[in-house]
Amino acid sequence: MAMTLRDIINKLLRRQPASASTARERLQLVLAHDRSDLSSELLDQMRKEILEVVAKYVEIDVDEGAVSLETEDRMTALVANLPIKRTMTGQIKLKEPKDQSEENPQGAEGTDQNS
Amino acid sequence: MTNSRRSVRTDTRVILICSGKGGVGKTTLTANLGISLARQGLSTAVLDADFGLRNLDLLLGLENRIVYTAQEVLEEECRLDQALVKHKQESNLSLLPAGNPRMLDWLKPDDMQRIVDMLKEQFNYVLIDCPAGVEDGFKNAMSASQEAIVVTNPEVSAVRDADRVIGLLNTNAIKPVQLVLNRVRPKMMANQEMLSIDDVTDILALPLLGLVLEDEQVIVSTNRGEPLTLNSVNSPAAKCYLNIAKRLQGEDIPLIDPAEESSGIGAKFRRLMQTKIF
Ligand SMILES: Nc1ncnc2c1ncn2[C@@H]1O[C@H](COP(=O)(O)OP(=O)(O)OP(=O)(O)O)[C@@H](O)[C@H]1O
Ligand SMILES: [Mg+2]
Repeated sequence: MAMTLRDIINKLLRRQPASASTARERLQLVLAHDRSDLSSELLDQMRKEILEVVAKYVEIDVDEGAVSLETEDRMTALVANLPIKRTMTGQIKLKEPKDQSEENPQGAEGTDQNS
Repeated sequence: MTNSRRSVRTDTRVILICSGKGGVGKTTLTANLGISLARQGLSTAVLDADFGLRNLDLLLGLENRIVYTAQEVLEEECRLDQALVKHKQESNLSLLPAGNPRMLDWLKPDDMQRIVDMLKEQFNYVLIDCPAGVEDGFKNAMSASQEAIVVTNPEVSAVRDADRVIGLLNTNAIKPVQLVLNRVRPKMMANQEMLSIDDVTDILALPLLGLVLEDEQVIVSTNRGEPLTLNSVNSPAAKCYLNIAKRLQGEDIPLIDPAEESSGIGAKFRRLMQTKIF
């Protein structure tokens, strides 16, 4: 997000940001939803199901997980932010695959941001 | 029609002037663009598709000269040239009301298409002044259009509604779709208390055909029924409308920089404050 000299001064003085940047941010949010026709309930349902699937393979921080819509240039992206828990040594905590599939789900490595 | 040979034009541009939100300046743009194009020697028809609340006649000072509307033409009660109202000073410009407020829902997309096809035979430009909203009135007007100008203001509600309309224009293969940003206040923009030109064009992802400055003279000209581009060509908004007409014709006219519009030391300071740091 671009910052102008005025934004910085406002921040330093703990003043409210100029209203244009508030307008811009609010518009971007509301348009992402308008354009997708997805209701917030549907988005929430999707978030839950995505979390369930990912939680089958890696331990994630369920409370921190968020799924949102972001828009740029009339393209809307579904952005899932799923923080993966790490072990003390910094390794990603993989779960033991419960089903018969032999493949170890390595795909999750490091990609805690997907779009 | 004087000559019996009907030369069917294939190069007529049929442009929808729409916005979603009401009161953002569609009719004012239609009137001024009509005058400006006519001034350039282009035969232009302005079609008032907002017949529930028609206003284009008032803005052009033609309200007392309307006898027929497109409806009588379609029902063959009169000829097209009887329904067309020629502008007093600018004979290249004609107004056609689509209907009058008493006949609210007679018009169907087919009717609109037939009227526009008739207009195409004799005009270089057909500008359709669209009603606000995204309902039937808008859809009828869109059905007969090839390209569109979306008018908006640098305000959240106007931009949001413009976005809805742009989505509908895209799904109906109307193109090109260009943007006119109306009621720009340079001082407020410089103080970052108004969405900037870049904000709006980025969010809506449309090419900017032009911006129109906020200008009291717009109201004065409406009072008189004489669009600014007719007699007050030096007013700030008139220059903007003239530039838009030239760009529509393919001329490469640079945009006015709203920051340049306010001058002096205050403006210099405001420009400094607008500098992007990161
Ligand atoms: N650039 C401008 N500066 C100042 N006033 C303006 C400007 N453009 C439009 N206005 C004013 O805004 C009001 C609405 O304009 P206009 O009728 O053209 O909008 P509209 O989009 O056609 O409205 P509607 O949706 O009701 O048809 C009018 O009073 C007009 O004088
Ligand atoms: Mg209008």
